[in-house]
Parts: sequence; C-alpha cells; structure tokens
Amino acid sequence: MGVGIEVINLNAWYGTNHTLQDINLNIPANHATALIGPSGCGKSTFVRCINRMHETNPIGRVTGTVRIGDLDIYKDAKPVQIRRRVGMVFQRPNPFPTMSIYDNVAAGLKLNGYSNRRALDEIVERSLKNSALWDEVKDDLKKKSGASLSGGQQQRLCIARALAVDPEVLLMDEPASALDPVSTSKIEDLIFQLKSQYTIVIVTHNMQQAARVAEKTGFFLNGRMVEFDSTHKIFTNPSDKRTEDYITGRFG
Amino acid sequence: MTRIRFQQSLDELKENLLVMAGLAEQAIQRAIEAYRVRDLSICDLVSRSELAINRLEREIDQAALDLLAMEQPMAIDLRFILSVIKINADLERVGDAAKSISERVRHMEKMAAVDLPVDIPKMASLASEMVRKSLQAFIEADAELARTVLTMDDAVDAMNRAAYKALTKVMEEENHLAAQALNALMISRSLERVADHATNIAEDIIFWVQGSDVRHHKSVILGANDPHAMG
Repeated sequence: MGVGIEVINLNAWYGTNHTLQDINLNIPANHATALIGPSGCGKSTFVRCINRMHETNPIGRVTGTVRIGDLDIYKDAKPVQIRRRVGMVFQRPNPFPTMSIYDNVAAGLKLNGYSNRRALDEIVERSLKNSALWDEVKDDLKKKSGASLSGGQQQRLCIARALAVDPEVLLMDEPASALDPVSTSKIEDLIFQLKSQYTIVIVTHNMQQAARVAEKTGFFLNGRMVEFDSTHKIFTNPSDKRTEDYITGRFG
Repeated sequence: MTRIRFQQSLDELKENLLVMAGLAEQAIQRAIEAYRVRDLSICDLVSRSELAINRLEREIDQAALDLLAMEQPMAIDLRFILSVIKINADLERVGDAAKSISERVRHMEKMAAVDLPVDIPKMASLASEMVRKSLQAFIEADAELARTVLTMDDAVDAMNRAAYKALTKVMEEENHLAAQALNALMISRSLERVADHATNIAEDIIFWVQGSDVRHHKSVILGANDPHAMG
C-alpha cells in the first residue's frame, strides 16, 4: 500500500542556483498527485528530492524534511533504502537494452539479492500484469529484449521494473511525453489503476493529462509552490491568478 | 501573452454573442411595441429577426464547440465558453418569446381593443431591463451587477401571477373578452419566461466570473456563503 509524503521547508540548490524554495505540502497516500509548471520551475527537482536523487548531482544540495510514511528520508535512511520504497519512471523509457523482458523486470530484485526462481517468476508476472503489459509479452519473456518493444511497451516495462521491488511511492517524470496518444492513454489508465496500491506523483506538461489522472495538483513557479489543491479546483477555478494565467496559456 | 489566436477567438465569440443579444433584446422591444400600437408590420420584423437569431445561435454553438475541441480551455476560459453556450440558448429562447408575443398580437389585432387588467408594457419594461442589465454584466464581466438581476425576478413572477388571477377572472365572468384575455395571459407568460432567461444569463455570468454555481439558491443571491462554489 502507498503511504503519504510530508514535505516541510524543503529547499534545493544546484550550485548557487536556489531551485526549490520553502516547499511545504502533504501528498496523500494512494492518490495520484500531479505537479505542473513551466520548464525550469523546479517540479522535476522536487520529485528528485523525494527519492534522494537530487543529491547524486555533485552540485546538488537539499535542506528540509521529507517524510515518506514515518520515515524521515534525509535523517533516518540511506539513499539505497529510499529507492526501494520509491520507484521512479522517467520521460524516456530506459529499459536495459541487452536484457530480456524478464531480466529487465527482475533486475532490481536480483540486485537486492533475490535468487528464488519461483518467487522471481511470480513477481515478474505480477509486475507485468500490474503494468498492463503481461498479455502482450507473456510468450516472449525470455526471448525478446526490452529494446525490441515499442516505445509505449518499453515505458510500461519500466513501470513493471519499478513495481517489482514493491515500492510504496511511484514517481513519474513526464512518463508519457515521448509516447503516441494510444500509448499515452494506456499509461494514464495504468496510473488510474495503480493509485489504489501506490502513492503516485506525476510531473507533466500536459495539463489535460494532469486533469485526467490526478486528484491533487500542485503548481510550481520559479522554484516555489504557488498553489496546491484538488485537481478539480485547480483546473476550473484556481485561487491564485498566476495559476490561472499558466493553465489558461497566458504565459509559460 | 501566449495563445494569441485563442484569445482572439474568445473575443470573437463574445462579440458574436453580443450581436445575438442585441437581436434578442430588439426582438422583445419590437414585440411589445407591436402589442402597444397593434402594428402587424412590426410583427413581421420580429419574425424575420427570429431567423437571424436561429442562424447566429448555430454559428455561436459551432464556434464554441470548435474551441472546446481544439483548444481544450481551462479555468476561466472554460467557464466562459460553457457560459456562452448556455447564454446563447437563453437568448434564442428570448427570441422565441418575442415571436410568441408577436403571434398573439396578430390574433389580437383582429379583435376589438379592450382595457384588460394587466399592465403588459410595465411588465415588459421590467423583463427588458433584466435582459439589458444581464448583458451589461456580460460586457463588463460584472458578477455583482449580475446578482442585481437575480433579485428582480420575483417582481416579474408576482406580476405574472397577478395577471393570471385577474385575466382568468375576466375569462370566467366576461365571456366575450375571453379570447383577448387569453392572448394577454400568454403574453404575460412569455414575458415571465424572458425574465427567467435573463435570470439564467445572470447566473451564467456569475459562474463565468467567480466560478460559483448560484442556480436555485436564493441565499446565495442575497450574498450568503455559497455552498456550491467550486473547489
């Protein structure tokens, strides 16, 4: 099951560039939360702070508190532990090209020392079913490589890979921006199904997508969280003029 | 400012709706003038304007549909287009009411002029003022002005009820005036509907400007907290 994410006074820097400023918000468990905003507003940096990826950049720095469930991730945990609890899917599907479909999904588990063949088979099947890819690849699991799949299938394979380690949170950074409309709608349907089991945070430039998949939406601008509210409110009657100007295309 | 073409399309939509509003308002004024002076040539003008209103209604709906499909508007733009679609339908109905009044005038023209216990010009003046004010609120995006329209509807309703009572009494007691009384009653009913359409238009303007759904809530009209505000 997913857990809530509590963010308190989060600040982030790239060198001297203060890219996130005093972010405070509560992301509800088992819901999809969309983050929108113009390029460079800090939304991708924000999700990278939730799984401690930001600090892997040599000039990246973070202050503040992020709690995933009861775990204070900057105080009580190491980055590797966090990555097991927080899966991430990127804009461009990035399957391991030389590995089979099966090995792509099992890769994270094997890295964590899993070797029980039957348990692995079960997890791979469950993950591929949860990512709505099973029916399309079940006969070729070990014959075909991840790279042989279509773009949309590769992205669902990456989602399966993220789900295989049984995370509580799934971060998605523009997961459908490189996909065609049919593949996009499959990813969106998938998000809709997955949120009953995981807490999903999705960064997107596609506001219709945010409106379709997320219950909560946050609008970032210049490194600050301008508004965080129900998606319905954000897209029909936002409280802040800057949010309205952005979603109606008056800037951005 | 981005999406310049989209903003231009919204401006065009607003202008076309104002043309529609002008035609509908003029139709009502003409229909009442035809009633006042019993002039059938004015009734012909009302009939002709109805054709123009109907054509414009279709054009505005099509333009609104195109914007919804092509531009996928959000927030105030989405509320504006939804309001335009609804106001457009109400204005078309105002045109229908004008036509209906002019049809009654045609019937009455063949009958002897009698003094009936209903002040149609006064009722028409109030209903027209509601339409005018609601359109002014639309032009100025003024939700407060729109709220004043909502408070005027009760007066027209009361006049219609009084007309119903007085005219049915005429029909019962003075058989030879029944036809005239029935026509006057139908005109009164049409004017009451015009006031209802003006009320609908005012409600749509409040929705567009403030995002509040004030339909069917008197307390909201009077300024109490809105239980149906979006969010």
